[in-house]
Amino acid sequence: MHILYAILIGPFVTMAREPAFLIEVLIGGLLAGVMYSLVALGFVLIYKASGVFNYAQGTMVLFAALTFVGMLEAGLPVLLSLIAVIAVMIVLAFAVERVVLRPLVNQSEIILFMSTLGISYFLVGLGQILWGGDVHPLDIGIPSGPLTVHGILINQLDLYAAIVAGTLVVALALFFQKTRVGRALRAVADDHQAAMSVGIPLKQIWVVTWAIAGLVALAAGIMWGASLGVQFSLALVALKALPVLILGGFTSIPGAIVGGLIVGAAEKLGEVFWGPVIGSGVEDWFAYILALIFLLFRPQGLFGERIIERV
Amino acid sequence: MSEPGSLLRVNNVEVIYDHVILVLKGVSLAVPEGGIVALLGANGAGKTTTLKAISNLLRAERGEVTKGSVEFRGERVDRLSPSDLVRRGVVQVMEGRHVFQHLTVEENLLTGAFTRRDGRGGIARDLEHVYLHFPRLKERRYAQAGYTSGGEQQMIAIGRALMSRPKLILLDEPSMGLAPQLVEEIFEITRSLNREEGLAVLLAEQNANIALRFAGYGYILESGRVVLDGPAAALRQNADVKEFYLGLGGEGRKSYRDVKHYKRRKRWLA
Ligand SMILES: Nc1ncnc2c1ncn2[C@@H]1O[C@H](COP(=O)(O)OP(=O)(O)OP(=O)(O)O)[C@@H](O)[C@H]1O
Ligand SMILES: [Mg+2]
Repeated sequence: MHILYAILIGPFVTMAREPAFLIEVLIGGLLAGVMYSLVALGFVLIYKASGVFNYAQGTMVLFAALTFVGMLEAGLPVLLSLIAVIAVMIVLAFAVERVVLRPLVNQSEIILFMSTLGISYFLVGLGQILWGGDVHPLDIGIPSGPLTVHGILINQLDLYAAIVAGTLVVALALFFQKTRVGRALRAVADDHQAAMSVGIPLKQIWVVTWAIAGLVALAAGIMWGASLGVQFSLALVALKALPVLILGGFTSIPGAIVGGLIVGAAEKLGEVFWGPVIGSGVEDWFAYILALIFLLFRPQGLFGERIIERV
Repeated sequence: MSEPGSLLRVNNVEVIYDHVILVLKGVSLAVPEGGIVALLGANGAGKTTTLKAISNLLRAERGEVTKGSVEFRGERVDRLSPSDLVRRGVVQVMEGRHVFQHLTVEENLLTGAFTRRDGRGGIARDLEHVYLHFPRLKERRYAQAGYTSGGEQQMIAIGRALMSRPKLILLDEPSMGLAPQLVEEIFEITRSLNREEGLAVLLAEQNANIALRFAGYGYILESGRVVLDGPAAALRQNADVKEFYLGLGGEGRKSYRDVKHYKRRKRWLA
């Protein structure tokens, strides 16, 4: 009886008693969730445009952050380093298209997936050779102390990360809706044969998609690196994106965003309010349980793209 | 062997899928400048394969042109990418329409202009032009294409192809699954595009009846070979075509090949 109360009712009583604290935890969770959204977004972009489940998305986050730190440590100014890393990610996109995607065109999804495993190991290895295996602190000049708004504490770094991520998402949405290339990307995601038939070159579109995924990875890597330090565990962030994708649906950009926010908020709430009852470390597994529940009841995810069926 | 005025020439093309499946066994045909040419044949005859060999969409399906050549305006084009071909003025409207379902009607049309480099003005003008030919699309311009009717989707697919400013359009079974009046409407529009703008059309159809009414010349394909060709008027009068493709014959339907076989034997005996 007592244990049931502690699990099912107790945490809510605590929440109701301290609403300000609840909001604080919630905001912290949502801000952290923005980062998950960003990584999941990289997955969705590539999956939609080329049908490839890109296992290397997490490693791209790590690789981008490592390269950025490496350039800073070599004495380059921040802006120049940023431009250089963006260039590196674009070159990476060209290389992936030329060396991996083009030769494997028409192969089954599982083969493409395995090739991204290869890309992932390659990037980890390359990162290690170039920049070594240590933890690199990353200071991009964002004050790390908490900010107080109406008595609620907000982590400034999280806030900046959320602003950057939000800007990126809006920019991407505009790009997809309003530009010629954005429209072509959506066309390819819808029906790649038809896209070819009107003269949209798939190879170019793949390069653009991987480059965008690389930029998204870079943003996530910098923000995450700034709070945790740039280290190899960054690549594991990708594992958190998986439950986000299951929640949001693999093909939905809004799904990736909302899914990330839900996972971020849910695991923080779980950690803070249920942690004391069922042991801490809730944050590490909560997302997966949530994903499992979704798989049982709504396998297409919250926003899994509707197949249009006219009757 | 290039006749004057030939816009497209397909010379003895052989196509193999998956490295082993021989589907086209030496197909030759020509489309004159500003002409409408019909490519007729039953299911699996190789009509779609022929069109894809021309537009080079074959490669994405593990198909390969292993012999022969394709010439457009006198130049070899069989090694070009689909995108290059569209840029030169050859565009395919695929069988089954293939609209971009999650894009609006207008966005669908605009994707057709992807390869163009002549700026927004020209594209906007051509968009209005497409709407002039397909007024129904203008009414539905902001609707999601996936929710439009089958006839509207066929119009979207044709309009989208027109947005690339083609000289030659490869139309694959535009009549598929549409009501007779709608088929008639779409063929009428195609004819007016042909007459007013000199757009050449290579039309793959199972519906020989309507195709031979609108085309000037026709080829009949069977099992990957051209078995008969001639001016549309002559084909319409041909007894075998009447029997096997126009459904005007008396006895039950046979394959055209049986007739050939029988004729061959007769010749052999004579
Ligand atoms: N991708 C492919 N791989 C292997 N064989 C194929 C492929 N596409 C078509 N074929 C085969 O090639 C032959 C010709 O097909 P094609 O689609 O060109 O015929 P069609 O004349 O267009 O028929 P329909 O009227 O049914 O559209 C068929 O026997 C078909 O099974
Ligand atoms: Mg066909």
